[in-house]
Amino acid sequence: MNENNVALRVKDLHVHYDTEDGVVKAVSGVSFDLHANERMGLVGESGCGKSTMALGLMRLIKEPGEVVAGEAWLGDKNLFALSYEEMRMARGLEIGMIPQGAMNSLVPVIRVKNQIIDALADHKLGLSKEQLEERALEALDSVELPRKVAEMYPHELSGGMKQRVCAAISLAMRPKVIIADEPTSALDVITQRQVMETIGRLQERTNSAVILIGHDMGLQAQFVNRVAVMYAGKLVEVGTVKEIFTDALHPYTQLLISSLPTLGSKGVFVSIPGIAPSLLELPSGCVFHPRCPKAMAICNQEEPVLHSDSSGRRVSCHLYGNGGMN
Amino acid sequence: MKGGETMTSSATTQNVVAAAVPKPRSRLHGILHYLKRNVNLAIGFSMLAILILFTLVGAFIVDLDDAYPGAVRAARPPSAEHLFGTDGQGRDLFTVAVAGTWVTLQIGFIAAGVGLTAGVLLGFISAYYGGTIDTIIRWAVDVFMTIPGFLILIVLAAMLGGKVSTVGTGLIISLFLWAGPARVVRAQVLSLRERQFVLMAKLSGLSNMEIIIEELIPNLLPFLGAQLVGSVMSAVYSSSGLAILGLGNLREPQLGTTLYWMQGQGALVRGLWWWVAVPVAFLCWAFVMLYLISSGLDELANPRLRRRA
Amino acid sequence: MTHLLELRNVTKVFGEGAKATVAVDEVSLYLESDKPSIIAVAGESGSGKTTMGMTVLGFLRPTRGQILYRGIDVDKMNADQSITYRREVQAVFQDPFASYNPFYKVDRLFEKPIAKFKLASSQGEARELIEEALNKVGLRPREMLGRFPHQLSGGQRQRLVVARAILLNPQLLIADEPVSMVDASLRAGILEKIRQLHDELGISVLYITHDLTTAYHISDGIMVLYQGSVVEAGDVDKVIKSPVHPYTQLLVDSIPWADLTLKWGKQPIIEPTEEDLARLAAAGTACCKYAPRCPQAMPRCWESRPPLFHADSGRVAACFLYESGTTLEKDELGGLFSALNNGSS
Repeated sequence: MNENNVALRVKDLHVHYDTEDGVVKAVSGVSFDLHANERMGLVGESGCGKSTMALGLMRLIKEPGEVVAGEAWLGDKNLFALSYEEMRMARGLEIGMIPQGAMNSLVPVIRVKNQIIDALADHKLGLSKEQLEERALEALDSVELPRKVAEMYPHELSGGMKQRVCAAISLAMRPKVIIADEPTSALDVITQRQVMETIGRLQERTNSAVILIGHDMGLQAQFVNRVAVMYAGKLVEVGTVKEIFTDALHPYTQLLISSLPTLGSKGVFVSIPGIAPSLLELPSGCVFHPRCPKAMAICNQEEPVLHSDSSGRRVSCHLYGNGGMN
Repeated sequence: MKGGETMTSSATTQNVVAAAVPKPRSRLHGILHYLKRNVNLAIGFSMLAILILFTLVGAFIVDLDDAYPGAVRAARPPSAEHLFGTDGQGRDLFTVAVAGTWVTLQIGFIAAGVGLTAGVLLGFISAYYGGTIDTIIRWAVDVFMTIPGFLILIVLAAMLGGKVSTVGTGLIISLFLWAGPARVVRAQVLSLRERQFVLMAKLSGLSNMEIIIEELIPNLLPFLGAQLVGSVMSAVYSSSGLAILGLGNLREPQLGTTLYWMQGQGALVRGLWWWVAVPVAFLCWAFVMLYLISSGLDELANPRLRRRA
Repeated sequence: MTHLLELRNVTKVFGEGAKATVAVDEVSLYLESDKPSIIAVAGESGSGKTTMGMTVLGFLRPTRGQILYRGIDVDKMNADQSITYRREVQAVFQDPFASYNPFYKVDRLFEKPIAKFKLASSQGEARELIEEALNKVGLRPREMLGRFPHQLSGGQRQRLVVARAILLNPQLLIADEPVSMVDASLRAGILEKIRQLHDELGISVLYITHDLTTAYHISDGIMVLYQGSVVEAGDVDKVIKSPVHPYTQLLVDSIPWADLTLKWGKQPIIEPTEEDLARLAAAGTACCKYAPRCPQAMPRCWESRPPLFHADSGRVAACFLYESGTTLEKDELGGLFSALNNGSS
């Protein structure tokens, strides 16, 4: 692995929610490397912790949630060691996020141009008013929206356009790491493709790295290079998109892939038995063992460790012991 | 269309916490548990309980005749015999407090009850049936909301010359309390009408009336509760205001009327501080209590204000 | 043989005058009573698919045209016919949470229709029916009944709604985006149950969706809507694997298949120019609606609106590219679907 082009290195991240019913372990020990220029997907069911992980990285977790452990190295900075002000500056400038449902968060009474400028102005970049306006227009260019959108209000735009405006706001300062959390969830098929292609082109132009979070595996297949699979707050498998889709190792990933409808499998319905565990009381040993068709005796006693091989392929499963991935 | 809520962070919190399903609780347990967190509501209800207790217990202890002029020796400060003292015209202020609070609460609840029921019914009918009925009701609402209610009440009170009974006063005030709830309920029903669970109810064979009563009203209960409290506040405010101006029923003991008399008789100049303190204290208690309940119900009705999980 | 459901030239317009939007534009369709089928109604937002579903359910009245259930105009039914219609036409909606009144336990979803439609003569019998339905969707009654909606997951709530449909044993089910708000990994389970409704109980399903992958998976026939009109219809296998109408082609090209060999994005997305949009608005009904966006638009397309032509057997498209084919009679779309090979699942 080339150490030099790691854009973001996350180590052992733990996020807990302290509720009156107990401690909810939303993210338990997630570690991964995101390389420069890479598109990585983070997939999993609702409540598996993927959005929480993104918010955790951005240090946007609110009470009663808390990042209880972990490091996130962006270049030579550990995001969790920064002061509140330093992190505020880093957001948008070095690491940007397009949150879920972003297009509903646009301020209805402020023009698009000014919403972008708001994001820029706060970062004390020392730009004049004209320069800020030019930057805002450039941001719109980067998401392939016509410049006249700058003077419009959010309600005058379609869903896809609003989502691209959100991307423009988050990415106006060309951060090196972009986190997109279900950026197309409410959009039509064609618009979805349009938005994803726009984000893709933006990523290529700025040489940044993208983490695409979602549960739509199809979208992942069309967009990312590598996929990380999360289940009940833990990473269960990481691999290239080809490895995951054609040769998944972890039983959960296998079931996930086979449950997806494709052109060849009309009428075949494969679903994953059981339901996801409550994050208040995770199962003992491997979190997936109650639903795993290949569970063995050891699976409910010992938690499997995340094994890596030299190519960066990782899986957390007792089927693959130390040193042997096959 | 996915309904993405505004605060992504709280949406994620809700998702995370919802995914961690706890054991179900009984309704009563849930209510008490909630009161622990909604401090305003808890305190407000306690204050109401105390007030009602005071009125009830007081009614047994006192001789209501003492609330009228000349019943006891005048201008006595608080003592063991007269807990709140007596006023300049020979009324025992403790009795006046008991009777007066009862009258004020009566007026408040009659006015609010009648006004709110009428307003809610009209609001529902207006929203659910639409068309001409809706137009007529909306027009009436606009008219009543624009007319300055209190001024009309003053005119009416002056004309009727203080001969109106407690119930009568309540009913007159209710005329100016129905419009606000009608408008708000109409808006709420219009938005609820298109909801998926209402469609489901239709598919289950429920009639329009059944949908209004069984599906819509329960969802509006916290909201209606808040409206009720708001209306009571309004009614108490109006009736006390009228009484202070000397326009209420001057013979019956009422908190506001007491203030009228004490003002006219120069209580402060004569050093009869208790004559002022008693009605003021009770009115303050009533208003603070109503405010806390109203604010607590506001939080209940609006999930976004609710304290975190 | 009267048709189970018939739409006769149904048009639905919202708003008036200059601000009028035509949500459904003269759509005709019928479903046979003796041949239950699953027909997908596909399109993006603004295509009119949900509006169509709402009119079939009787929640919206068509501006023009009629909806007939078992041969009787829905608008002109007497009390008895209305109750039958209500009982026999059911739905599964998009939002798993919104189907429930948060005030009540989920049991009410079943208890109410059982009571209203008199499906059981005692509480015990009702309970049995409910448990049977829950078991059929793979849910354990003990874990579901007695709970409030917020205590269950989205997938469970949606499965309960499907269980309700099983219990009520309707003739026609309108499924409006039943899995789009459910996690991708749970969709297969719910779709399977809907398919079973058809296979085992002989229920016809109108499957309304924007997701062509699930439409492909579950239906026999498909009709693709664009701005209220049918642009392509026929055997779902043909339409998805080899679409002929330029809009369908773009739609299919944009499907994010979970298959690395099926990449999207071969067709460019054309943004219509202001002039073209104005031209369309001015031309009214004498113009193909898709012309401003169509990469293959010909002068013909700006002069009149194409009817549905037979592009090949078992499939029609509203496009002048296929003018050489025979025209489909306006009200024969139903015939097209019933002639399809309603294959076994």
